[in-house]
Amino acid sequence: MANQTDVTLFKVLGGQEHAILTDWQNLLKAGGALQTGRIKEAELDTQCKTFLSQLRASVGTDGGVDKSGNSYSSLRSMLGDISRSRAVQGFSPTETAGFVFSLKQPLFNAINKSSDDAATKAASIWYTSLLLDELGLYTIDVFAKTREEIIARQTREISELSTPVVKLWDGILALPVIGTLDSERTQTIMENLLQAIVDQGAEIAIIDITGVPTVDTLTAQHLLKTIAAARLMGADCVISGIRPQIAQTMVHLGVELNVVSKANLADAFALALARVNKTVVSVKALSRVQKNGPAE
Amino acid sequence: MTVVRSEVVQILTGDDVVRVRQDVRARAVEAGFSLVDQTKIVTAASELARNTLDYGGGGTVLIERVDVGGRKAVRLTFEDQGPGIADIEKALTDGYTTGGGLGLGLGGAKRLANEFSIASNLGQGTRVSITRWK
Repeated sequence: MANQTDVTLFKVLGGQEHAILTDWQNLLKAGGALQTGRIKEAELDTQCKTFLSQLRASVGTDGGVDKSGNSYSSLRSMLGDISRSRAVQGFSPTETAGFVFSLKQPLFNAINKSSDDAATKAASIWYTSLLLDELGLYTIDVFAKTREEIIARQTREISELSTPVVKLWDGILALPVIGTLDSERTQTIMENLLQAIVDQGAEIAIIDITGVPTVDTLTAQHLLKTIAAARLMGADCVISGIRPQIAQTMVHLGVELNVVSKANLADAFALALARVNKTVVSVKALSRVQKNGPAE
Repeated sequence: MTVVRSEVVQILTGDDVVRVRQDVRARAVEAGFSLVDQTKIVTAASELARNTLDYGGGGTVLIERVDVGGRKAVRLTFEDQGPGIADIEKALTDGYTTGGGLGLGLGGAKRLANEFSIASNLGQGTRVSITRWK
């Protein structure tokens, strides 16, 4: 151990561990750590206990306030685990960092009791404060990073699940668009659609915009570009699912979609079937025709 | 005229345009707008927010729920400190654009609103205000 303050803190952590732990747990519970029901009492107690013993081990082997050193690595990884699980469980950043910061008061009290020399106490308290600040900030870092990972994952999931190209019949594709058509999504949609047109040799693609809440000029422009690209690939597009309020708004905006459009997907599908010389008949009517020949 | 509720939303990224739309829709629902009127004011907000972002380089929108003599309305004021509009008459013409758009946004927003006003100074920015009554 390199300096005096480390010795004091190490001694305090060793000699008064039980008192500090009890104080800390009471403080956390008084602060409402268990009230939200997201963490069990036993779990919190274990976390406090492990943290204290890890802290003691780290302080015992390290010289300075450099927390990036090896001696603190197990403490950091333990704190990282705690922050990550709290981020996932829906704790606020304050609650997460509060776990570490609330240790200050019990530790300072213990240091106060441990010595009569004011200078030693002050130095030790300053050192402890720096140490806990850094560890507390580390929990915030991990917490924020975990949240960012969750958001990034959700963004990927949303963009994947929202742009399927569905085959309705040989040569007929449907593209149900849900949500906002920004440039990035239009790009994904266009790529998916054009690839599907090639793969399936489709003649007609139905773009269903029932799930698009707002159609403004940018959305319209994106749609027009997608349709133009599909046309170059030899496929015609039909738009379906333009709701009444959106139709009115588009007229006011002055947007013209020079493309066949139908009120709903079923109508668009019927039109597409007719284009590929197919039709839908009831089984009864079909068997009558097969039995008697076509009606005169 | 009484302002029932007002908020300022920053427009700095494409995501903010979506947030403006959502906030405007929430105010329109509060004011008891019909579905068609909601869609109109939301679409106009979307056009103007995009203009603020693309041409004004970002700015703010003041979203207000106002009452005038018992009539409920939503008023939106978009402000940016961008380059400004040289010829407002021309900018309002359908099909005219200095960017890559359809050139319908500004004129379309005017047609979708009941009241429309625009002021712009070259090099100082642009301020567009629209109101739609219930």
